[in-house]
Amino acid sequence: MGMTLTEKILCRHTHLDRVHPGELISARVDLALANDITAPIAIAEFRRAGGTKVFDRNKIALVCDHFTPNKDIESAGQCRTVRAFAREQAIAHFYEGGNCGVEHALLPEQGIVLPGEVVIGADSHTCTYGALGAFATGVGSTDLAAAMLTGEAWFKVPESMKFVLTGALSPWVSGKDLILHIIGRIGVDGARYRAMEFSGETVAALTMADRLTMANMAIEAGAKNGIFPVDDTTRTYVAARSDRRYVADTPDPDAAYSDVLEIDCSAIEPQVAFPHLPSNVRGIGDVGDVRIDQAVIGSCTNGRIEDLRVAARVLRGRKAGPDVRLLVLPATPSVYRAALEEGLLAVFLDAGAVIGPPTCGPCLGGHMGILAAGERAVATTNRNFVGRMGHRESEVYLANPAVAAASAVLGRLAGPDDLP
Amino acid sequence: MKTLKGRIWTFGDNIDTDAIIPARYLNTSDPASLAAHCMEDADPDFMKKMRPGDILVAGDNFGCGSSREHAPIAIKAAGIACVVAKSFARIFYRNAFNMGLPIFESGALHDRVAPGDEIEVDADRGLIRIGPDGPPLTIEPIPPFMQQLLTDGGLMGHLARKAAGRAERSPA
Ligand code: SF4
Repeated sequence: MGMTLTEKILCRHTHLDRVHPGELISARVDLALANDITAPIAIAEFRRAGGTKVFDRNKIALVCDHFTPNKDIESAGQCRTVRAFAREQAIAHFYEGGNCGVEHALLPEQGIVLPGEVVIGADSHTCTYGALGAFATGVGSTDLAAAMLTGEAWFKVPESMKFVLTGALSPWVSGKDLILHIIGRIGVDGARYRAMEFSGETVAALTMADRLTMANMAIEAGAKNGIFPVDDTTRTYVAARSDRRYVADTPDPDAAYSDVLEIDCSAIEPQVAFPHLPSNVRGIGDVGDVRIDQAVIGSCTNGRIEDLRVAARVLRGRKAGPDVRLLVLPATPSVYRAALEEGLLAVFLDAGAVIGPPTCGPCLGGHMGILAAGERAVATTNRNFVGRMGHRESEVYLANPAVAAASAVLGRLAGPDDLP
Repeated sequence: MKTLKGRIWTFGDNIDTDAIIPARYLNTSDPASLAAHCMEDADPDFMKKMRPGDILVAGDNFGCGSSREHAPIAIKAAGIACVVAKSFARIFYRNAFNMGLPIFESGALHDRVAPGDEIEVDADRGLIRIGPDGPPLTIEPIPPFMQQLLTDGGLMGHLARKAAGRAERSPA
């Protein structure tokens, strides 16, 4: 019996000839990541264990993106802890201030994650890098501390579920809609403890941006990781960003999957996940009349330049409704610059948007766009849990950038085709 | 591991880490500050009502969502003795063992109890009893590696023990 893509990558990072689902293994990590919320605990654990030197300063990334620019004195203290550690250990990939962006948009863009690598991050959306054909998964701060010390992490080898995507996408349908549809179908624990391996003819046609959005939300189905095959789209993306060598694994034809699901993508319309679970999805045609107070376009899910282009296409020559606060947060400085140079920021300003810095900000209810009791937001982010963007009686509706932009204009949940 | 006995609080399916400790409080990792807001977005009065030694009982997929270790830290620092759920989300599960919060899986318990019931969790024998003379329910056995983590006081303690073991074995 052969190995799945996930099994192959994990296996190559051990001394074993093969690995089996359910087996507990210790694997070498190629990158260990933490942010301004999770790094302080990891650093404290690292020191408590007597750690004085990290296993490899080039294989650690510390990104202060959640509460930055520092929203209050406590947050400033957390960033100071991370910064001091990064300096002391000469961490190669430390981001804060003008070079900083939302971690899961930033690291692939900067060529810091490559196909075939094993990446752990003290952030659940670390699974984003599966888009590049890497094994990437979220862990807690203690796991991260152990990895910073030893360069290894323990894993239970997950079973893999295979998603075979076929059919062409309808207009305004993107990776966000595919993954929301899949989560709606299998539920928020439908892939719990498992790997989601994406394949099929539609995958070949998906952009890197779409793949990153889809792998990003694998955790929203409870998965350990989401993973895409490496193809020419991946190679072109990586070649523009890194000259480090990498291994492009392929799943064996006789690999064993716990489930195989066929998804006809041509039947999917833009999706909206209603409060308070990402699985609570409806097609845009079935959303009814839902008034919104805020629209947020950004985050590690949909804050890339491709997303801003789509939003600008919808917003050009239009204005956000009088009762809507429209927030646009480019996910990284390069995205910000590209949006500036392509004239997208002017479109957003003309539409009445507030343009924020590259930060997580409102996505986690941190700062820069918090909801009051009873308010509703449509957001291109990935979670709509109770209180996620503010008060516990506020609501978040998850959608793609085109839907978020159209909803901003009309002041209610709507797709671009509903615009006059 | 000693038997844990306590009054229970019940929660439903998919209790996410934002409900356990909302992100707005993550500008600190101080356990006492986090504990003050434990379960706040699931039940705003939880910390006023609970007493140290109480037990959380939940449905499926407890701890889904973010990787924040602040979630098991808040629960532990609030004085919760253990969590028994039908199932746990993956990252929460490993975080709990890594930092030494006892958690147990039981498919049957949640549907048979009401808030305020007393339960007794006997981890060594893999049993839970509802009330002083309720019928025993079995809990999922903890894999040996995870048991070792709990015995060693979490992942860092485990690594320290392994390192000490290697040092002893290697020739001077
Ligand atoms: S943008 Fe949102 S989901 Fe992404 S890393 Fe930041 S807080 Fe997490």
